[in-house]
Amino acid sequence: MSPNAYVLLGAVLFGIGAAGLLIRRSPLVMFMCIELMLNAVNVTFVAFSKMLNDVGGQVVVFFVLVVAAAEVVVGLGIIVAVMRRRSGISADDLSLMKG
Amino acid sequence: MFATSLVQTLTFAIAAMICVTGALGVVALRNPVHNALSLVATLFGVAVLFIAQEAYFLAAIQVIVYAGAIVVLFLFVIMLLGVDRAESFAAERHPLGLAVGGILGGGVMVLAAVTLFAGVDTATGRRSTVGALAPSDDLNRIGRALFTEYAFAFELTSLLLTIAVLGAVLLSRRASGPPIDLDEFPAEEPDADAEEVEA
Amino acid sequence: MSALVWLIPALPLAGFVALVVGGRRLGDPWAGWLATAAVGGSFLVVLGVFADLVGRGAEARSIHQELFTWIPAGSFQASMGLLADPLSITMCLFVTGVGSLIHLYAIGYMHGDEKFSKFFTYLNLFIFSMLMLVLGDNLLLTFLGWEGVGACSYFLISFWHTDPANASAGKKAFVTNRVGDWGFMVATFLVWTSVGSIGYLDIANAAHHGEIAAVTATAIAVLFFVAATGKSAQLPLFVWLPDAMAGPTPVSALIHAATMVTSGVYLLVRLNPILHAAGWANDLIAWVGVATALVAATVAVTQNDIKKVLAYSTVSQLGYLFLAVGTGNYVAAIFHMVTHAFFKALLFLGSGSVILGMAHEQDMRRYGNLRKYMPITAGTFIIGWLAIAGVPPFSGFWSKDEILAGAYAHNKVMLALGLITALLTAFYMSRQVFMTFFGPERWREADAVATGDGDHADAHDSAHDSAHDDHAHHLTPDHTPSESPWVMTLPLVVLGALAIVGGALNLPFTDSTKVLEHWLEPVVGVHELGVEGATLVALAAIAVVLGLVGIGLAGAVYLARRIPASTVERPEFGWGLWIDRGYAAFMGGPGRALFDAISRFDKAVIDGAVDGVANAVGAAGAVLRRTQTGRVRNSAIGLATGAVAVLVYFVVRMSF
Repeated sequence: MSPNAYVLLGAVLFGIGAAGLLIRRSPLVMFMCIELMLNAVNVTFVAFSKMLNDVGGQVVVFFVLVVAAAEVVVGLGIIVAVMRRRSGISADDLSLMKG
Repeated sequence: MFATSLVQTLTFAIAAMICVTGALGVVALRNPVHNALSLVATLFGVAVLFIAQEAYFLAAIQVIVYAGAIVVLFLFVIMLLGVDRAESFAAERHPLGLAVGGILGGGVMVLAAVTLFAGVDTATGRRSTVGALAPSDDLNRIGRALFTEYAFAFELTSLLLTIAVLGAVLLSRRASGPPIDLDEFPAEEPDADAEEVEA
Repeated sequence: MSALVWLIPALPLAGFVALVVGGRRLGDPWAGWLATAAVGGSFLVVLGVFADLVGRGAEARSIHQELFTWIPAGSFQASMGLLADPLSITMCLFVTGVGSLIHLYAIGYMHGDEKFSKFFTYLNLFIFSMLMLVLGDNLLLTFLGWEGVGACSYFLISFWHTDPANASAGKKAFVTNRVGDWGFMVATFLVWTSVGSIGYLDIANAAHHGEIAAVTATAIAVLFFVAATGKSAQLPLFVWLPDAMAGPTPVSALIHAATMVTSGVYLLVRLNPILHAAGWANDLIAWVGVATALVAATVAVTQNDIKKVLAYSTVSQLGYLFLAVGTGNYVAAIFHMVTHAFFKALLFLGSGSVILGMAHEQDMRRYGNLRKYMPITAGTFIIGWLAIAGVPPFSGFWSKDEILAGAYAHNKVMLALGLITALLTAFYMSRQVFMTFFGPERWREADAVATGDGDHADAHDSAHDSAHDDHAHHLTPDHTPSESPWVMTLPLVVLGALAIVGGALNLPFTDSTKVLEHWLEPVVGVHELGVEGATLVALAAIAVVLGLVGIGLAGAVYLARRIPASTVERPEFGWGLWIDRGYAAFMGGPGRALFDAISRFDKAVIDGAVDGVANAVGAAGAVLRRTQTGRVRNSAIGLATGAVAVLVYFVVRMSF
């Protein structure tokens, strides 16, 4: 397979993820959308790594995985902490940091 | 040659379909559990694509870490908070939000595709110096790169994970004092009082 | 040893930091011992560097150590560099030597004070600043030290700041010095524009090659002299020094007698290459110096506060130093600076010992016969008195004589004024000694002070005289003075010994006994007095006779009581104080109006502009903050829009 197909798939996944992030209001689903976007990027990284015959792309994917794990841990921690105090929350209700 | 190519094409097509379907499921379904399961589908699809690209190690950790740990964590949180409650906040999709999200998401999609296609050969114009993939196995290569070229970054990730764990523990620990209602931050306190009196 | 020059200021700085962090925990007296050890260690390093320099040839006696570049701003470079040469090491020797003695003394003097450790914190900071002033290899570094000692002086004068009089004395010192600092800054700017560097070595080089025009050199010299009049308490800016006596006595001894007030002289001697080209500025310096010496000496005659007498005496002696500088007699200036540091520190510390023994009473009219109770203090104080009065063979005789010889070679009127000052000096110091250590025990007589207070020139200062009232236990008629503890008397004895033999630094008999002169030659150059043999002896004889006349007169008035004190303590002698009062009147009247107008201008125009900018930014912020809704999705929209914009840019760039 040429990398073009992979790149196209990456773009599609990224776009779906971005749209979901903007449309959905549930913080949990928003997080899932972010994971989608990260995966989309990973797909392109691996494709380019293969195309260029260079291990760097795969190493970057490894780091993205680690960072995603850390991000999910903290993000879900925040959601749990918030939900424990308030039920039925949407991301739009969390506006304490307004200017 | 043709057969190999066909198998590869078919693999890609099926995996890509699973990915896209899963992604749409994440965005469109109302029940958070369904969202999470759709996410698993996408992640598996990506893992298959990794295998197709001979990135076996990444495919393995994709399944173990992403599909295993992270999605389980999602499900765990959904269950912890109660599916009903989680479901309730999935409601109410504003048409304007839908439009803006669709336009921007689509824009990103199209433009990224165009840019990536056109820029395949000229993205940076420079090769990485880490080393070639073939012919030895990818695990060997990645390990060598991680512990030589990227040793510092690798150590930093350990620090990042430690901080993340500490942060999660701190966040989810039950506060010793009375719980704070997010509605009651000082600026709006009088209003809250007034409502209480009326009630 | 030469690589360790940086340790000289570093040790007091380390002591300062340690005391800031843990001084309160160390407490009384260990904080004091720590501070003393820091300065003492610094003294040992100075000794090492000194020995190193002595071991070298005259030309190689200069260690230039650049630590790092302090301010690199285009073509302007200010290094953090130290310059250890004969001049700066001489200064360092007595700054750290006398400084550590005074630290030791202060352990005893400040014992029991609730801000004990803070006092030593300031003292160490002062020593550090003074060493930076002296060792700095460029004007800016000296200015750093210059401001540092000024700030420490302010802190320490108003150390007992609960008394408003002390606080305002500190303020007065600070503000008066600020006038002089203006001169320093403008002079530095001038040096920078005319030489292109502010390093002393570059300045000396430029001056030697005649690269500084005479007019510029004169302007620089005059401006630096303005700075010196502030820091070294010369006419017309001397008014702060007498008030500075509100500080604890070790401070008066260290800062306002031995070290800080001599920094003006040091600065001018350091810049002697410029002074050589400065024409009439030298005459100005000499005349102001000798006038200050005379005026301050007359005022000193009328003072009754034991420390005020010494304060005016200091002003007067500093006048001598400037007379020496103005007549090009730099060696004599440094010589007298060193001996003066010995005997004036001794006198101040002695007075502190007396004040402590007399329950913080500072009025000499209530003293008397103290030699019976405080033998060590009395003995060492008398040594200091003989030294300052110019009695041979004590140190003051040799150094003062050299200044007078220089004045003789320069201008006979200056010499005459200098001799009159010498007479007055001998008189007021004898008056002090006789009133304090001899005669009846006057504090046993009730109301000894109440009579005749009104017509004294210092009447308006009475608030300052009683500055320590909250701190003091009142002197009662049945009080029995007692000798001070050993930490206080040991410095007295050491300084007493130095005050006796200090003259040996530069004996005028043969060329080889002029040690200091040859030592300083690499810095100040060769200076021929032009006064030889018989003339020199005659001058010395005249000075000694005048000194003895002064002592005899004082003896007749205060010891034998042949002449009533009121005939000599003329209120007219206090005319130097009119300058002080003139300032007060000006600041209270027209000056106040002027400054009010400036203040209004500042509020309306300058502050208006500043506030306007702030308000504009604030208003813009108030509008823009509405974009920050705090909602995650709004931020995400922004992010996505940005991403689209970047991608559009890429696409566009690729298409064309």
